Amino acid sequence: MMPAQGFGRRYMKAFLKGFFVAVPVTVTFLDQVACVARVEGASMQPSLNPGGSHSSDVVLLNHWKVRNYEVQRGDIVSLVSPKNPEQKIIKRVIALEGDIIKTMGHKNRYVKVPRGHMWVEGDHHGHSFDSNAFGPVSLGLLHAHATHILWPPERWQRLESILPPERAPVQIEEK
Amino acid sequence: MLRSILGKTFRLLGYTLQYGCIAHCAFEYVGGVVMCSGPSMEPTIQSSDIVFAENLSRHFYAIQRGDIIIAKSPSDPKSNICKRVIGLEGDKVFTHSPSDYLKSHSYVPRGHVWLEGDNLQNSTDSRYYGPIPYGLIRGRICLKIWPLNDFGFLRDSPNGHRFSDE
Repeated sequence: MMPAQGFGRRYMKAFLKGFFVAVPVTVTFLDQVACVARVEGASMQPSLNPGGSHSSDVVLLNHWKVRNYEVQRGDIVSLVSPKNPEQKIIKRVIALEGDIIKTMGHKNRYVKVPRGHMWVEGDHHGHSFDSNAFGPVSLGLLHAHATHILWPPERWQRLESILPPERAPVQIEEK
Repeated sequence: MLRSILGKTFRLLGYTLQYGCIAHCAFEYVGGVVMCSGPSMEPTIQSSDIVFAENLSRHFYAIQRGDIIIAKSPSDPKSNICKRVIGLEGDKVFTHSPSDYLKSHSYVPRGHVWLEGDNLQNSTDSRYYGPIPYGLIRGRICLKIWPLNDFGFLRDSPNGHRFSDE
């Protein structure tokens, strides 16, 4: 029969051991591999949040795919907002470095995306705070690639990397 | 025989994963040791000096004017730059190079910082590529640990007149 004090101490030791394994592994997984997030706002309608404020989509964010900052035109990505570092925004990649893009509402009509940068836009033009407002963004702000919608269940789907044809770059730099 | 080897391998992998995750959390959320290279921060930091960078200030948004920070390079996200914060959002900064005669200034946009190296003659910084978003900052250098004759906290900027608080 174990004395009560001994049992408490053994439980504590087991708990701490488990804690120091579970917390770093979980945190590392959520930072480096994948996590989920709820999308707010209407800037990506109709691809995300078509119901507006009634129901927010929950998406799967894949960090592992962007660990080398490799994105394709048409990907939906999350990034740190260049105007507010405490906030993450989710937009579609329209152009990569070297492309010349025709802007919608930017102060310059045509913009060449500098090296190490990308041009992002929300699907809902006019209701989106994106590169048309703040210009090309550095790839270093890239957070994750949104690959699937997980919730609500009737909207389970894989998010395709489609570039709207009317938003294709005017000139693509061949590597 | 094979089972015990397999068991030992799995245990080794498990420990490696566990300590790797602890190391990642320490580097990401607390701080780490960094070796700097390049002449852009002389005389405060020489090339091949080893410094300690902490990441807590970045997470708590407590970076201040005069801090030396490590950030991802805006034109190459896989490499890091090490510069001093001259202006925070809203500050007025002078954008001309030391060789220019006409002094021009601009205001640092919201969510951005203006960086300059201490070695103004030999530094590619915000005077060249403009202000960088705060989100690119990785950590703040707080202590120099090598060479030992220069051990300790880092000096203030030798270019004090560059600061402008308006």
